[in-house]
Amino acid sequence: MSSQTTERREKANAPAGGTAGVIDAPTAKARHEISRAAAPEEGRETLIKLLHQMILIRRFEEKCAEAYSLGKIGGFCHLYIGQEAVGVGAISAIRDDDYVLTSYREHGQAIAKGISPDAVMAELYGKAGGCSRGKGGSMHLFDKDVNFLGGHAIVGGQIPLATGVAFASKYQETDKVTLCFFGEAAVNQGAFHESLNMAQLWKLPCIYICENNQYGMGTSLARAMSLQNVAEKACAYEMASEFVDGMDVIAMRQATQRAVQRAREESKPTLLEARTYRYMGHSMSDPGNYRTRAEIEKHQERDPIKIFTATLKEQNILSDKDLAAVEAEVKEQVEQAVRFAEESPEPDESELYTNVYANPLN
Amino acid sequence: MAVMTMRDALNQALKEELERDPSVFLMGEEVAEYQGAYKVTRGLLETFGPKRVIDTPITELGFAGLGVGAAMVGLRPIVEFMTFNFSILATDQIINSAAKMLYMSGGQFKIPIVFRGPGGSAYQVSSQHSQALESWFAYFPGLKVVMPSTPADAKGLLKSSIRDDDPVIFIEQERMYGMKGEVPEDADFTIPLGVAEVKREGTDATIIARSLMVPTALKAAEQLEQDGVSCEVIDPRTIRPLDINTIVESVKKTNRAVIAEESHPFCGVAAEISAEINERAFDYLDAPVKRVSGVDVPMPYAKNLERLAIPDVEQIVAAVREVAYL
Repeated sequence: MSSQTTERREKANAPAGGTAGVIDAPTAKARHEISRAAAPEEGRETLIKLLHQMILIRRFEEKCAEAYSLGKIGGFCHLYIGQEAVGVGAISAIRDDDYVLTSYREHGQAIAKGISPDAVMAELYGKAGGCSRGKGGSMHLFDKDVNFLGGHAIVGGQIPLATGVAFASKYQETDKVTLCFFGEAAVNQGAFHESLNMAQLWKLPCIYICENNQYGMGTSLARAMSLQNVAEKACAYEMASEFVDGMDVIAMRQATQRAVQRAREESKPTLLEARTYRYMGHSMSDPGNYRTRAEIEKHQERDPIKIFTATLKEQNILSDKDLAAVEAEVKEQVEQAVRFAEESPEPDESELYTNVYANPLN
Repeated sequence: MAVMTMRDALNQALKEELERDPSVFLMGEEVAEYQGAYKVTRGLLETFGPKRVIDTPITELGFAGLGVGAAMVGLRPIVEFMTFNFSILATDQIINSAAKMLYMSGGQFKIPIVFRGPGGSAYQVSSQHSQALESWFAYFPGLKVVMPSTPADAKGLLKSSIRDDDPVIFIEQERMYGMKGEVPEDADFTIPLGVAEVKREGTDATIIARSLMVPTALKAAEQLEQDGVSCEVIDPRTIRPLDINTIVESVKKTNRAVIAEESHPFCGVAAEISAEINERAFDYLDAPVKRVSGVDVPMPYAKNLERLAIPDVEQIVAAVREVAYL
């Protein structure tokens, strides 16, 4: 499969011609690397694992929507459907001991980083078996054992935090890197700019991944951002940056691998802009009246699972039988997650008062 | 014991804790090469180097959040706000990240961080640079709030704050950096958080005061002593958690309470202490609890107006006389 040019809403913000899918603004040209067509050069096992994770996340999120409508999941619930390639591709490029911080649209990334679907679903159900013991919910998934550092629900709030985690890796003289995911709307927050400035100034091993799904809740990019090529904003900080086709899991993996190498070997940050699209509303309570069905369907033509499956089949890496096996395994995983969540007890009422302080005094 | 200024006592605490624990580092605006806007961090860059004493850009939200992130994975940051007025830009990270991280992660991520710097009223710096913000921070479960009133307390409490595993808001009074007092020089000297101190014993009325209001209350107590009124002065030292028992025990003895504070009265710490006294010791009170707070206006610039905005000895004396029906 190949990277494609994502349609820009504003001509003024469109790339000045050139390679498809590459931000190519003249002022930034030198610093931007090219996200090449992503021909799978990986081993079969890796490719199938990527596909498996994307399908698992898709089915998991579909199940979340169902459970939400049944009142099993409360509060805000932001689904990742359509964006799976970004989290799966990027997280596949890091080590288990590397860190991930992200926003409130994080079920998929939590699973990709290694939190079990059981513990994620139980958290959404507000159960004691949840990865945050039922105290965080959909927007605050944490698991110290797999270095998944949340789930943060103030837009852009995780960006300074991730910068601090990367700072600590450098201070502690480890070679761990930090992935920081956020939506494009977070780019308008001061937290984004303050963090990128410090990260480049102090050469911190942080990889900032903007998941540009083109809407901040119901406000389109064109209505909210003066310069809509997010990757270009790295110029302001002399930071390496790259535009990536966020519907292409291999492109995401490879772009992240380049950024990881820069972070691990040179201790330098990178800004990746992944162009993607969310199919569902901002949250479960969003009917999506700000866009047309046709627009969604247009993006679904390049569905990340669909196009990756097609590529794997074309290259004889995946048979129909293999795909059926993956689907069957995923189905069982999701059903198991629901069973686990249903059976897990609610937190004990005494938990209301625990974990307020690590060193409680009075 | 050595006699030193509040500034030097704080400096000593920072130095000792940086020496003691390599995971402690200090960051903030002008803390390193400039030696600190108020010279609290003087000499630390030279001793500990730029890895551990870090000048930041003017980017309060950013470096406050960076500190919280570093604390998530094992470091113990000390973040200096040049003044707490600038912490207002960082409140999202202090409140939404630092205060809540342990809870919302189900106990997985403690945040051992100290946010420190000068706060309260300063000299003629007007509305945006002269304000008391402790009631803001004390409002939030998950934060601890500390306000020393002597050089010894400053040293002992800062060391405890740095060793504490929770986020601590440590507010130094801007007018008190030059105040001198005896300070233990033992590197193991600490003062536990959450423990009030009776700064002066008395029998007729309890004055609860913090930070700059402690020396003011002690002067008022001296003056009242000459009129035959014996005042007990209590400094909670830690606003959250609040050592309410020491306060209540004193009020049960004196049957009268005056609470002095620099901050605005509305939703302030004195209002909280007053409510606690009413809930716990109402039957012991011989008069309504009286607050002496900063006036409910932004801080003015003009010297005479500024003087009127901050409680002074006379106002505290008058308040005690009022609750004593004198």
